[in-house]
Amino acid sequence: MRDGEIWRVPDLVWRLSGMSLTQTPTVAAEAATHLPPPAIEARGLVKRFGDKVAVDGLDLTVPAGGVYGVLGPNGAGKTTTLRMLATLSIPDGGEARLMGDDVVHDADAVRSRVSLTGQFASLDEDLTGFENIVLLGLLLGLKRRPARVRADELISAFGLTEAADKQVKHYSGGMRRRLDIAASLVVTPDILFLDEPTTGLDPRSRNQVWDIIRALVAGGTTVLLTTQYLDEADQLADRIAVIDRGKVIAEGTPGRLKASVGGGSLHVRVADPEQRFAAVRVLTEALGVEVTVEADPAAVSARLEDPERVAEGLIELSRAGIAVSEMSLGQPSLDEVFLALTDHPATEQSDTENEEAA
Amino acid sequence: MSTQTIDLPEDVRVSESSVLAVLATGERPPRPGPLSASLTHGWRAVLKIKHVPEQLFDVTMFPVMMLLLFTYLFGGALGGSVSEYVQTFVPGILVSTVVMITMYTGIGLNNDMAKGVSDRFRSLPSWRPAAVVGALLGDAMRYAIASTVILVLGIILGFRPDGGPIGVVAGVTVLLAFAFSLSWVWTFLGLKLESEKGILGVSMMILFPLTFASNIYVDPATMPGWLQGFVRVNPITLVVDAVRGLMGGSVQIADLGWVALAAGLFVAVFGPLTMRTYGRQG
Repeated sequence: MRDGEIWRVPDLVWRLSGMSLTQTPTVAAEAATHLPPPAIEARGLVKRFGDKVAVDGLDLTVPAGGVYGVLGPNGAGKTTTLRMLATLSIPDGGEARLMGDDVVHDADAVRSRVSLTGQFASLDEDLTGFENIVLLGLLLGLKRRPARVRADELISAFGLTEAADKQVKHYSGGMRRRLDIAASLVVTPDILFLDEPTTGLDPRSRNQVWDIIRALVAGGTTVLLTTQYLDEADQLADRIAVIDRGKVIAEGTPGRLKASVGGGSLHVRVADPEQRFAAVRVLTEALGVEVTVEADPAAVSARLEDPERVAEGLIELSRAGIAVSEMSLGQPSLDEVFLALTDHPATEQSDTENEEAA
Repeated sequence: MSTQTIDLPEDVRVSESSVLAVLATGERPPRPGPLSASLTHGWRAVLKIKHVPEQLFDVTMFPVMMLLLFTYLFGGALGGSVSEYVQTFVPGILVSTVVMITMYTGIGLNNDMAKGVSDRFRSLPSWRPAAVVGALLGDAMRYAIASTVILVLGIILGFRPDGGPIGVVAGVTVLLAFAFSLSWVWTFLGLKLESEKGILGVSMMILFPLTFASNIYVDPATMPGWLQGFVRVNPITLVVDAVRGLMGGSVQIADLGWVALAAGLFVAVFGPLTMRTYGRQG
């Protein structure tokens, strides 16, 4: 895939992401035919905390409708960016417009169109779920009765009826997250910001949040979500921006992003740990890539260039008399995406993100 | 669009169609006015008291302890006799107690910031100071409870105010207004300082000297001259004079004027500082 090339030269092309879009014919065509005017447009956003630069000249164009994923490791500046777009934090430089309204000068207009569900549940833990929603309804201008009716509707739609009169501090992580999203929908926003909506959730709750997000998009809301998980961005997002050290280093559809980092990874567990190094030799030859041993004494793994050669590798293993107890073919991890895009792994970059919460 | 349902650990289901159905359509409600938004936040404070009644401990038990301790421990030595001491001491300890509990205001706001719920409030298109004003209104209710506790116990101990019920109510009202104004100092500190411990430490550092170096416990005439000078301009002394005056039926208009001036200064300086900090949280 030729477009894959653009992911490998982030500095060349993506530093001027606005211009680069028009230089890449396929992307420009896509922009002209599919995309209505952008829901979010940020140019050169900067935010500093002391002498740490959390967001460093970030550009972002989010089309209206659909899900836009902002992908990056802890400390990359995702939360800070979201907070500036949601008017919670004032940028030190650059500008951002949401549906034409400036986040600093028309903050009230922006606030009336967006909702934010933060990384930590933005709810009053001492109050019940029902009281939390009524409280927000009243603050949004509903009268007492309509606020209570609205709270009942939201709570039953999000499967929280039984817990409605319990204090939020007794909720499970998944329930809390659902209530938090429900709280963002008292008045349906044009743009919904979700900051790492599934971090810390069990798989079932995570799938539920995904379904809720899909339903919201079907209802016409533009969702901007941040995530550390490539598969989450892949499952939900129509477009993804990869953020590293406060800058967008790559942007495009999930398919292109994945294509740019190769075919993912192969994990093989051999039946007899004694044969592990023999397996490394066989696989290295068959796959033509570097094969490494894992912490598990029976496991090896490889980053694939061409997933189709996996079958070949397995046949060679069986020819060499090496029994395989487990085999899996995974998507490239965020770590691999980062390595491919930046030549440095996606480890936590600093504790800026934690400081912001303070 | 297919309808997917998923089993939940809690045995409930969320479906895509039910979420779609609940999305609001039509006009947004009009923004609530500043008063309505503040009262809503005040309602939140009342709900918190309902759910966590332990937080009333400091406005019920603490005043009882202070009043009994000082009356019987020092009353005889400081005021000649317990019954005489109570007449000037009850309005004094009333001021002292209410002023001391104002410092919890900053802690509440600090917790809201730390937990993220204030992000939710700040992202709403309603009048921003409402969250702080509402919390202070809730606190004013706590101050009123503390005042009632002290006055009831004081009367049991022999406090007989010459100003009568009207004077007592007027005194409490002036005190509540002053406490509300003073609270803006703590809301500012609550936003500026990171930890609860830090806030408590700093507020104690300010409040302890202010309440003791005043006319609450002893007659300033017994103090050295330099200290008398401080006591005279201490805002706590001004409030105590006004409250004693109102409850004793002999209030000086000048005393009320000084209290109004001090209260106005606190709000004028720390109100904008608080809101500036509130608006600029990272």
